[in-house]
Amino acid sequence: MGLLEAIILSVLAASTPLLLAAAGELVTERAGVLNLGVEGMMIMGAACGFAGAYLTGSTLLGAGVGIAAGTATSAIFAALTLGLAVNQVATGLALTILGIGLSGLIGAGFVGDRIVGAPHLHIPLLTDTPLIGRVLFGQDAFVYASVALVIAIWWFLHRTRAGLILRAIGDNHASAHALGYPVLKIRTLAVLFGGACAGLGGAYLPLAYTPFFIPGMTAGRGWIALALVVFASWRPMRLVVGAYLFGAVTILQLHAQGAGLGIPSQLMSSLPYLATVLVLVVISRARGTAGSAAPASLGAAFVPDR
Amino acid sequence: MRKVLIVFAIAALAVIAGGLSASAADKLKVGFIYLGPVGDYGWTYQHEVGRLELVKALGDKIETTYLENVNEGPDAERAIEQLVRSGHKLIFTTSFGYMDATLKVARKYPDVHFEHATGFKRDKNMATYSARWYQGRYIQGTIAGKASKAGVLGYIGSFPIPEVVSGINATMLAAQKINPNIKVKVIWVNTWFDPGKEADAAKALLDQGADIVMQHTDSPAAVQVASERGALAFGQDSDMIKFGPKTQLTAIIDNWAPYYIQRVKEQLAGAWKSTDVWGGLKSKMFIMAPYTNMPDDIKRLASDTEAAVTEDRLHPFTCPILTQEGTTVECKGGTHLADEQILGMNFYVKGIDDKIPGK
Repeated sequence: MGLLEAIILSVLAASTPLLLAAAGELVTERAGVLNLGVEGMMIMGAACGFAGAYLTGSTLLGAGVGIAAGTATSAIFAALTLGLAVNQVATGLALTILGIGLSGLIGAGFVGDRIVGAPHLHIPLLTDTPLIGRVLFGQDAFVYASVALVIAIWWFLHRTRAGLILRAIGDNHASAHALGYPVLKIRTLAVLFGGACAGLGGAYLPLAYTPFFIPGMTAGRGWIALALVVFASWRPMRLVVGAYLFGAVTILQLHAQGAGLGIPSQLMSSLPYLATVLVLVVISRARGTAGSAAPASLGAAFVPDR
Repeated sequence: MRKVLIVFAIAALAVIAGGLSASAADKLKVGFIYLGPVGDYGWTYQHEVGRLELVKALGDKIETTYLENVNEGPDAERAIEQLVRSGHKLIFTTSFGYMDATLKVARKYPDVHFEHATGFKRDKNMATYSARWYQGRYIQGTIAGKASKAGVLGYIGSFPIPEVVSGINATMLAAQKINPNIKVKVIWVNTWFDPGKEADAAKALLDQGADIVMQHTDSPAAVQVASERGALAFGQDSDMIKFGPKTQLTAIIDNWAPYYIQRVKEQLAGAWKSTDVWGGLKSKMFIMAPYTNMPDDIKRLASDTEAAVTEDRLHPFTCPILTQEGTTVECKGGTHLADEQILGMNFYVKGIDDKIPGK
């Protein structure tokens, strides 16, 4: 295996959990709901996903349990912010704290246990093609699922009527309500979808990335996923670019250190974040109207007048 | 909703208060502040093991409390003070970053005794304790120098502090003795705990030709990655053999229990004094996990090295020591570097290609 191929494989693995979680959050935010609890939903997905895979011996079932856990966590958020119109920012932060604590409790009995990592695709000949073989045809199912998910979200948001309605609710919930669309119902579904994706992204960590569970193992990836949504200016396809760029800079800086390039490691570690800031500036300058890409009703509570 | 929350809050407070008053017997209360979760399977886990041993040994005379996941910032001071206010008379703060917070609280409550792990600031009622991990690193370097076929070792660093730098140096000095051409590749991840990033760093090191990985971070990710790739690795803080039954060569296992038991006994006898304890293999402040996954001759070499270091026949930093640039380091400890030179180590020894970040 060549070094370049090895680097690309590491980049794909590092980017996938970010892409999964960010894709879900993008849909949530497009519906006008800001859920800052991605980190909490991810770690719940990680703990429960690992528990599921360990008890059943199946990665697929583990992923299913992870999705269910993420969805259940987001249901708490939906009940509070949509049902009771509680402040979304505060609730999201609280959800993260809850998720980290609860996942530690759930996962406590599983610390130190090992499972077999998610199987990788293997197609004779194709997978063995030099350089691109393993990159294209030798990944685990999560990697393919993440890319398929983003394409499906793009198609849904920009090519279907339901997607149009969801975006309309995110941009102006009062008008959408006046037109007779069930704002809260659609927002609830969007939040639950976001939770499912975050749960799957979190489950990827103990099921495929590092096949064991340790409390707090998401280590801030939920926050990066949130930043990626902004980075992508709420567009699904840009999300792919953002996630892989972030993953690439993260991995490349490790390799640069190993190769002894002599650049301070603190600078290297901050590179992914600097790149995010830089691209944000470039995007907003190029458009000339900074911040206008955000859904107009993002974060605003909606209380229907009955 | 708000009303419901307030009711909940009051109920929660009542439960806590009830718990406190019920436990107000005349047993000595000993408190612990932990950096991570007790289930991190590394640093914090080992302190928790120490606490449990303490309870087993002196449980009829003491009562212990721990607070986990306490950040190394303003939170720490609040957490320590909370333990003081709830009647704890001996408090162990178990991470370097708690140093200033511990000192501040210690000055405020002169009749409470504090024990800070791995720090260098002390007071009449604040002691410090740490372990000479470089001794363990020296044994690991000996094993790695012999076991590495590629002649390249991969080292995952957390932060470029003396404790980590002296570990890298001890590894290199030992490995060089066996194989003068050995290389140590260092990758700094700038975190103590991020399993994903630690795994990425381990992959990068293996991809760049290392065949043995060692780490100064807190999760078993590196051992796990090495086991997946069929490489070798060392565990850190805890025995990580579970994560690589065919991978782990040995591990440095923190062993705080004897120290905790001794200090609490002193406190009970009214003989507690502020001290600065830097224990090593001899006082069993840490121990080596069984030597596994290596041929018998390396096993023997490792045990011999361990015995020599334990009995002070061999000091890892025996003079002369050359820096990366080739200058000889002043030998302040007679035949070896003085403790203060190891505690403040901010240079690499000759043969390491990396540059210490920020230097």
